[in-house]
Amino acid sequence: MQLGSEAVANDDSHRELEQEFLTFTLGPEEYAIDILKVQEIRGYDTVTAIANAPKFIKGVINLRGTIVPIVDLRIKFGIGEVEYTPFTVVIILNLAERVVGVVVDSVSDVIGMTPEQIRPAPNFSSQVGAAFIRGLGTVDERMLIVVDIERLMLAPEMALIDEAAA
Amino acid sequence: MAIDMSQFYQVFFEEAAEHLASIENLLVSMDVDAPDAEDLNALFRAAHSIKGSSGTFGFSDMTEVTHVMETLLDMVRKQEKPLTSDIIDACLEAGDVLRNLLAAHMGEEQADAEAAEAVSRRLQALCEQDSSASDAAAADSKAAAGPAASRYEIRFRPDEASRQRSETVDNLVEELARLGHVTHFDRASAADDGRCRIVLESSQPREAFEAIIDFVAESGSVDVRAIAGEVADDASGEEAAGADDEAYGFFGPVPGQAPAEEEAYGLFAEEPPTAVVAAGEEEVSADGSFGLFAAPAAKASRADDEAPDGSYGLFAPTEPRAQAPAAEVAPAPGGVGKSVPAAGAKVAAAGQKKAAVARGGGDSSIRVSVEKVDQMINLVGELVITQAMLTQSAEGLDPVVYERLMNGLVQLERNTRDLQESVMSIRMLPISVVFSRFPRVVRDVSKKLGKHVELKTIGEGTELDKGLVERISDPLTHLIRNSLDHGIESPERRRAAGKAETGTITLKAYHQSGNIVIEVGDDGAGLNREKILSKARERGLETSESMSDSEVWQLIFEPGFSTADQVTDVSGRGVGMDVVKRNIASMGGRVDIDSMGGVGTRMTVRLPLTLAILDGMSVGVGDETYIIPLNYVVESLQPGPNMMRSVSGVDSLIQVRGEYLPVISLREYFDVSDACTDWRKGIMVILEADGTKIALFVDQLIGQHQVVIKSLEANYRRVSGISGATIMGDGRVALILDAAALVGQSRKALAAAA
Repeated sequence: MQLGSEAVANDDSHRELEQEFLTFTLGPEEYAIDILKVQEIRGYDTVTAIANAPKFIKGVINLRGTIVPIVDLRIKFGIGEVEYTPFTVVIILNLAERVVGVVVDSVSDVIGMTPEQIRPAPNFSSQVGAAFIRGLGTVDERMLIVVDIERLMLAPEMALIDEAAA
Repeated sequence: MAIDMSQFYQVFFEEAAEHLASIENLLVSMDVDAPDAEDLNALFRAAHSIKGSSGTFGFSDMTEVTHVMETLLDMVRKQEKPLTSDIIDACLEAGDVLRNLLAAHMGEEQADAEAAEAVSRRLQALCEQDSSASDAAAADSKAAAGPAASRYEIRFRPDEASRQRSETVDNLVEELARLGHVTHFDRASAADDGRCRIVLESSQPREAFEAIIDFVAESGSVDVRAIAGEVADDASGEEAAGADDEAYGFFGPVPGQAPAEEEAYGLFAEEPPTAVVAAGEEEVSADGSFGLFAAPAAKASRADDEAPDGSYGLFAPTEPRAQAPAAEVAPAPGGVGKSVPAAGAKVAAAGQKKAAVARGGGDSSIRVSVEKVDQMINLVGELVITQAMLTQSAEGLDPVVYERLMNGLVQLERNTRDLQESVMSIRMLPISVVFSRFPRVVRDVSKKLGKHVELKTIGEGTELDKGLVERISDPLTHLIRNSLDHGIESPERRRAAGKAETGTITLKAYHQSGNIVIEVGDDGAGLNREKILSKARERGLETSESMSDSEVWQLIFEPGFSTADQVTDVSGRGVGMDVVKRNIASMGGRVDIDSMGGVGTRMTVRLPLTLAILDGMSVGVGDETYIIPLNYVVESLQPGPNMMRSVSGVDSLIQVRGEYLPVISLREYFDVSDACTDWRKGIMVILEADGTKIALFVDQLIGQHQVVIKSLEANYRRVSGISGATIMGDGRVALILDAAALVGQSRKALAAAA
């Protein structure tokens, strides 16, 4: 019985093991992040630039009284077209008691995946460090890059937190 | 009902801690040779309160210690025993023990029952100690007083609890009988507004029984007065009292129990300290007629049997309220008021002043948890932002059409600002809260070290945030101990150096440009440059002979650094100074040291006031808006064509009225695109921090706002040159410049170029 259900990935009896992911696109690539890390999705607003910050840190915004830094993942990963239109989307993430916004090309949908659907990624060199990629998920014909967004955003190379704290 | 008690524990803990602190302060500041009667009473009352409440809550270990302490203090207060430094020491020790017990009840420490017992024994021994000298004196004064136990009429309204249980009043009468002879007792006569009336003949000072009555009486309803003529029969006594009462009523309500102490206080203030003792002794002997020691002339006037009401006219020209205490003085000796009106008036004035203080500082405070206050501060912060947003939105409207709206907005702004100020002030505490614990530290440590040290405090009223008050206390204690141990020399060495044997440690606090500055200065030997350098080399720290003094002094903040020749239990282990520096740095402050060999050392601690809100000037650079804390801004000016200079190594200097100031261009500093580059088209904002001025080049001045400081670090990281962020009226984020850091940076740049 168990063996059988493992073979059929989308079996209802496995619902509880299923994790939900928010998927978004950067250029031609599709990424998936744990939905529990997502606080909200909003449009791109004017940011206040911060001096001497890396190019991919656009600045900070006022999110209902909280100062939130905005990272443009398109610049960070060097993919997608970097332009800001009324349709540009910011995903507000809630990571380890910090709030960070990321700019992506577009948000697609929320999908459920079981751990079996996520395969370990082959060794390849990418802009997104291999350490931050949990694996590659396949849903229907789509291939999703599942990113450990918390680890990625809090990594020293994102320059989002003080070196001392990192 | 027992379960209900626990909810009051916290109140008891807080109150007991306060009482202990005040006991300590009083003890340390007490002059052994001429103790102030008021202080002695306060001391007794504090001990008594702890005893009472600890008993109520069933903390019997505390009750036992305080009971003995109270007995001892009571003897001292009644002058049955002279105050000695031994007593003070014992009481201080008892205070420490009590603090330990209190902490144990709060579950923080282990109760030291042995210490409690030891200190109880010590106090007990002091109580029983036969001080023949004082006994003789007391006997003398009693003999002098002879049969002259004076007569007091006591009226009071029993409080709620006592009214319901009649035995409390009976107990009181019994208690009073022990102090003297109760000749008359009227329980709550309806004719007299439900007051009890007791006539007591006693040679005790009136404070002695006032304290007792306070427990059963409704606050403010106690009225004790001496009845003229100790030989007079009951009827005439009552008559006199009646006359007195009439007059009293005429002068309006005055809290009954206050004047007795106050009038004495007023007198003491007029006399040199030695006279205080004399007056105090007289208090016992002078059959309770307080007016007697108003002037020597009073003695003669005792014979004067003239009715007291005659003297009231003398005070008539003065303000009615001021007269009340004087009236209290006057009736007792008969004609004193008449014979020495000037003295009486003085007493009245002094008494009045004291009474005003007492009234003002009464039970007019409430305890509120800090979280509630902080929540309020946050909400007010949001309100300020909303208000700014409204003001900004209304800017485009026609003021003629929307006149009422505009007026309303102006009103809103004013109210918001007032609200904000008062909310902020809730969190502010005077630094005296911290300073008050240092006399004890200095006393104990200097005694242990065999040094004579005097502590001077200046600027105790300087206010700072409550959060800082709690955190600054430990570092300051370290600095003071350090000064005591390393700074101040031993008396012999001081004499050899031609200095007064008593060293001085000065604690000074003041506000300076948005910071609170606390200085710990001593007039000791100063830091020894050579010694510090050689120690530093020993420890493998980087040193060089060419280091400036201030750089050398900073070495003492290195972990594990100590130049003490021997490790004492006061200091010398080399832990401490680095902790001090770290603690202060974590509060966003810093420590500077000035020292001069043979003259002394001064440690200067600078802390931000950490207000969540600051007055800022907003400036525009390109598309960006920055906020400069207003207290750093000296002036703004438009540079003239010939004001810009350049010196080798430094790009640009500006000459302002003969001064050359380095220029920092915000455009370059923050790499802002499309900002003004032409010196003549922008504005120079002159900033001053730590005595250094710089000019900040910006495109334009936008305005002056109160801004709510938001942390940039909460979600991001520290950015050099930026101290925080705020939200502007349009909802955008503006960064707040760290003016002190900007100035510091340019100073370093200048030094490097020079």
